[in-house]
Amino acid sequence: MSEQNILLKVENLKMHFPAESTWFGKPTKFVKAVDGIDFQIESGKTFGLVGESGCGKTTAGKCVLRIYEPTEGNIYYQGTDISKITQSQLKPYRRSIQLIFQDPYGSLDPRQSVGSIVREAVLADGKKKAEADVKARIEELLTLVELDLSMAGRYPHEMSGGQRQRLGIARALACEPKLIVCDEPVSALDVSIQAQIINLFESLQEKLGLTYLFIAHDLAVVRHIADTIAVMYLGHIVEMMDAGELYANPCHPYTKALLSAVPVTDYYTEQKRSRIVLEGEVPSPIHAPSGCPFHPRCRHAADLCKTQMPPLVDQGGGHFVACHNY
Amino acid sequence: MAEKKHLLEVNHLKTSFFTDSGEVKAVNDVSYYVDEQEIVAVVGESGCGKSVTQMSVMQLIQSPPGKILGGEAILEGRDILKFRPDSKEMRAVRGEKISMIFQEPMTSLNPVITVGKQLTEVIRTHKKVSKKDAWQMGISALASVGIPEPEARMKNYPFEMSGGMRQRVMIAVAVACNSRLIVADEPTTALDVTTQAQVMELLLDVVDKMKTSLIVVTHNLGLVTRYADRIYVMYAGRIIESGTTEELMTKPCHPYTIGLLSAVPKLDADEQTHLTTIEGAPPDLANLPDACAFAPRCPYADEECKNSPHPELRLTDGHTHFSACHRKIRREET
Repeated sequence: MSEQNILLKVENLKMHFPAESTWFGKPTKFVKAVDGIDFQIESGKTFGLVGESGCGKTTAGKCVLRIYEPTEGNIYYQGTDISKITQSQLKPYRRSIQLIFQDPYGSLDPRQSVGSIVREAVLADGKKKAEADVKARIEELLTLVELDLSMAGRYPHEMSGGQRQRLGIARALACEPKLIVCDEPVSALDVSIQAQIINLFESLQEKLGLTYLFIAHDLAVVRHIADTIAVMYLGHIVEMMDAGELYANPCHPYTKALLSAVPVTDYYTEQKRSRIVLEGEVPSPIHAPSGCPFHPRCRHAADLCKTQMPPLVDQGGGHFVACHNY
Repeated sequence: MAEKKHLLEVNHLKTSFFTDSGEVKAVNDVSYYVDEQEIVAVVGESGCGKSVTQMSVMQLIQSPPGKILGGEAILEGRDILKFRPDSKEMRAVRGEKISMIFQEPMTSLNPVITVGKQLTEVIRTHKKVSKKDAWQMGISALASVGIPEPEARMKNYPFEMSGGMRQRVMIAVAVACNSRLIVADEPTTALDVTTQAQVMELLLDVVDKMKTSLIVVTHNLGLVTRYADRIYVMYAGRIIESGTTEELMTKPCHPYTIGLLSAVPKLDADEQTHLTTIEGAPPDLANLPDACAFAPRCPYADEECKNSPHPELRLTDGHTHFSACHRKIRREET
């Protein structure tokens, strides 16, 4: 991987939220939502971030967008550190990093028509544009996401879930972004619609050379769309590898448990598959366990796991695992 | 084959909602049955009528605008749809005979009353026991669904528990009532995969130990492959295919079922191919065509599918596998 090809590089990213404070407002306890993660995304590729709710995957995405100000760490976008620059310096980058939300209905103004929602995004750069150009651009965007042009006069409540998600994508594309952070973009959709939207993401990537940071909890979806996958647990990346390796060769006990918990539709595979049902629940990030965050639920936990946090080590071929047993 | 006794048998159920935009036929001539100690899944996308079917049987449809237009639901020899929704008999059915577990346990538990109080309230509604005994039964019900420190948990409010824990409480209510049938409506949709596995294993355990039956209503095909004995697939208010899990998953007949199965991303797919999709969107239930409701989205549909009345469920092979498709039926007749 050459350095120029890397669009986004995140180094030791930490996001701590104050949870309890003294009478004077000095925080004493922190929710360590993201606690030191590193990853990089190559231009034109898809990076999948998977984990259960509360593992910090959305927080990580919001830090990349600078919706949250990261507590620590660096975010390099095309080689420039954007983690500490001021909001006004950030402005040019805002255009090239866009966001797609999980719930398209919640992120669309119910009183604005489809055309006007897209128009707002097209005009967001503040440049003067001829009316004909704006109209052409709106039509181009709607066609790109395979929405019928007659939809332009409709309102979000008249659309189905899949159509709303398409509109959300059209709006994100209006600024000609390079990187799109997709936060659970298909988890609210039905299976048949979900497949349509996943295919749309893939064809847009081919056409426009987009790069995705794809955040989801569904391993099968991420496995399908992503080139590289990072599995998160309690604010840490516990395993990172090529998408193909995920199913063929999972190493971390948490990844294995996650994989076995994902239901499969193939009848004969399902009959043969052994399952690992994890005991208990994800601990609260305020009282994160010492050592390896996964050790209270891990079947292979040894004494070392209780005291020492395992580092994320390359097992060869870009397969990173954070586990003492490897 | 030894004839098992049907615990619940629903025949020709029809439920409609009368709205400003016309009659919405949410459940359109639906028949199904559940045997004793059987796990049956009802699968379909949102808006296909799978939940309304279950709500109709429980007579929990809000009226107006909803109305049960016809059909019967035989539970232990009695048609429970004949009971008035607010009658004593119907209330005895709900909870005592059939328990329902909903998708979002937070909305089905009262947020300002402790879990223990809610549990004992249900127990005392259905059983003549003292408050003290009901409290003890509540504790053992919580213990039986694997909640640690049940005594302490009885004094908790629902918001003090996690999603998986709340869903366990809902299952505990069903356990405490000794229900014959548990209807779980999307029981794991709001939960994480690992918690989802825990809750499903627990339900399986309850079916096994308490000798109950279970209806799982879900859109997750993977979930039913693992846990269900038989499956009904619903589309636009109708059952369009039914059969044992093995038949349906290995030899699906209806184009909709085939489409659904191939639209699921596979974990073990060799290479990244385009997902097969079902084009278009589910139909508007307010103006359904007389013809097959799936025809507009069906890759195999021809003129007959679009013009002749909706196909009936017909046996495809064996004696448990039914499918409602013109093409399939014609192929077999020739």
